[in-house]
Amino acid sequence: MENRIDLKFKELKNKKKKAFIAFVTAGDPDLKTTEQLVLAFEGAGVDIVELGVPFSDPLADGPTIQAASQRALKKHVNLGNILAAVKRIRQRSGIPIALMTYYNPVFHYGEERFAAQAKAAGVDGLIVPDLPPEEGHTLIRAARKNGIATVFFLAPTTDPKRIPAIVKASTGFIYFVSLRGVTGSGKMIFTKEIKHQIGLARKNTQKPICIGFGVSTPKEVKEMANISDGVIVGSAIVTEIFKHKQRKKMVADVSRFVRELSHSLP
Amino acid sequence: MSLPDKKGYFGEFGGKYVPETLMALLEELENVFRAARKDKSFKKELTHYLNEYAGRPTSLYLAERLSRHLKTLKVYLKREDLLHTGAHKINNTLGQVLLAKRMKKTRIIAETGAGQHGVATATVAALMGLKCVIYMGAEDVKRQALNFYRMKLLGANPVPVNSGSRTLKDAMNEAIRDWVTNVDSTFYVIGSVAGPHPYPLMVREFQSIIGREARRQFLIKEKRLPDYLVACVGGGSNAMGLFHAFFDDRKVRMIGVEAAGLGLNTGENSASLEKGELGILHGSKSKILETRDGQIKPAHSIAAGLDYPGVGPEHAYYQKIGRAQYVSVVDQEALNALGLLAQMEGIIPALETAHAIAYLEKLARKVKGQKSVIVCLSGRGDKDMGSIKGLIK
Repeated sequence: MENRIDLKFKELKNKKKKAFIAFVTAGDPDLKTTEQLVLAFEGAGVDIVELGVPFSDPLADGPTIQAASQRALKKHVNLGNILAAVKRIRQRSGIPIALMTYYNPVFHYGEERFAAQAKAAGVDGLIVPDLPPEEGHTLIRAARKNGIATVFFLAPTTDPKRIPAIVKASTGFIYFVSLRGVTGSGKMIFTKEIKHQIGLARKNTQKPICIGFGVSTPKEVKEMANISDGVIVGSAIVTEIFKHKQRKKMVADVSRFVRELSHSLP
Repeated sequence: MSLPDKKGYFGEFGGKYVPETLMALLEELENVFRAARKDKSFKKELTHYLNEYAGRPTSLYLAERLSRHLKTLKVYLKREDLLHTGAHKINNTLGQVLLAKRMKKTRIIAETGAGQHGVATATVAALMGLKCVIYMGAEDVKRQALNFYRMKLLGANPVPVNSGSRTLKDAMNEAIRDWVTNVDSTFYVIGSVAGPHPYPLMVREFQSIIGREARRQFLIKEKRLPDYLVACVGGGSNAMGLFHAFFDDRKVRMIGVEAAGLGLNTGENSASLEKGELGILHGSKSKILETRDGQIKPAHSIAAGLDYPGVGPEHAYYQKIGRAQYVSVVDQEALNALGLLAQMEGIIPALETAHAIAYLEKLARKVKGQKSVIVCLSGRGDKDMGSIKGLIK
């Protein structure tokens, strides 16, 4: 079976559309709500869901996702019960799901074991922010064997010499970091600079390139989508979830916010 | 072959596990470091500051009363506590800040646990006229309030870190986040032989002056090499600094002393080498303390500078190949040793260093005949007076 992320990008390409990728921290406020959010996102124009695996020391994340991770960890969320949640989502939805996790939990779980179980649960991709491709051989091998995409990063500081290796190691899509900083810090670099960098990457690959980190408003979504194949929004959605956590209609409220973002895509 | 290898590994330990944004910078740093190492003017400048400013060489002092007390051990203390700012940390900060200047960086950041590395970094930043931000866990700010104030006085901006367990590991997370954000202007001065390659190599090189001096001094005094080297290990910079020059002297036995906190089996300790597993923390693969789910477990030690759930990758390698042995002592043993050294020799060691002293009593009971030992007296204890007042009679 072809990978759901690949299928999605093919579908979008045929329709000449861009991808909207939504991030939520798994287990914030609890796993059951995460499942409901993912299912609701499908109807709110989300093309791919990025599920964040909470980690004790998330050094690539800003305060918003740090706090969400802490809340999820207090609920004893771990790789095992996240995979179980994905399995339950899979009974009702075919939305492509990528797990965003720091390397240590996966390394500790056992890369082979993890990849096999992730596949069985219905995970389509892996994004590991503290794992450059140079250190990723064993995880890439395990993921390939199980048809799971491995998404690696390009940053504004990436040495052009390394671009070929990064795009080669990436499957599904390539994650372009739109700022110097951590997630949600809102210090995006100039569109012109991003455009230039993506142009460099384009010389090396046909694979989709999506932009994330610090994208939070419909205007930014539109701007970034114009120069890439898709946009990732994380901290802004996590903030909405936290803001509405007391409300019964939280899932509907957050979905409305997400729909506003996804509908701003060109 | 000399280690680390090209990819920054000591055997299976080490590497570069960092966000993409930092990869180019780490490569640049490695190039600048390797060039500086061959450059006579860099060496000259560093030696000038080490000797004239920091106070090297430090003495290798025969602790006669302590030796008589221990009976079977002739103890030499390598007096890093006599350096400017009161600990070995300045050997490394001088080296790294000089590199930062070569890279035309205008801003220095660092993490600190006990505050010794933070103070050493703030000191050298002041000396070189560079902006300086120091991240310190809020818990440690409480334990080491005096050092927090010292950094302020030195013109640095010390920032209490309230995330996670509010100790050294969280300070390091925050420093890395700052670094990713200000990568163009900022140099991150890591204080231990930890972090991503080339830091473990770089810090070892700047600290190995401890062992090179001690080896030379011991040969002059005793016309032979010591039987043992003993040093405390948190991240492991003073221990690696002492050990490295003796690596090929196979008869010299090395002992690293970790903090067993409340006890090795209580879960409240910092003994990553004895109780940890292979894992990834702060940019390198090494032994770490973690939970069943692969989350980093908060460490515990009475000594803020040892209170870290990881350890430098080269120590994990030394342990694996059996070149060094790693043991631990509990909080109370360290406190007792602090009192012992104070009253036997008139030297008040830092709580971190007191762990190394504490192990001497155990070693003294184990050895056969008369043996000699060099202990790295890595820091002075003034900073700990507030937190231990009342704990030692």
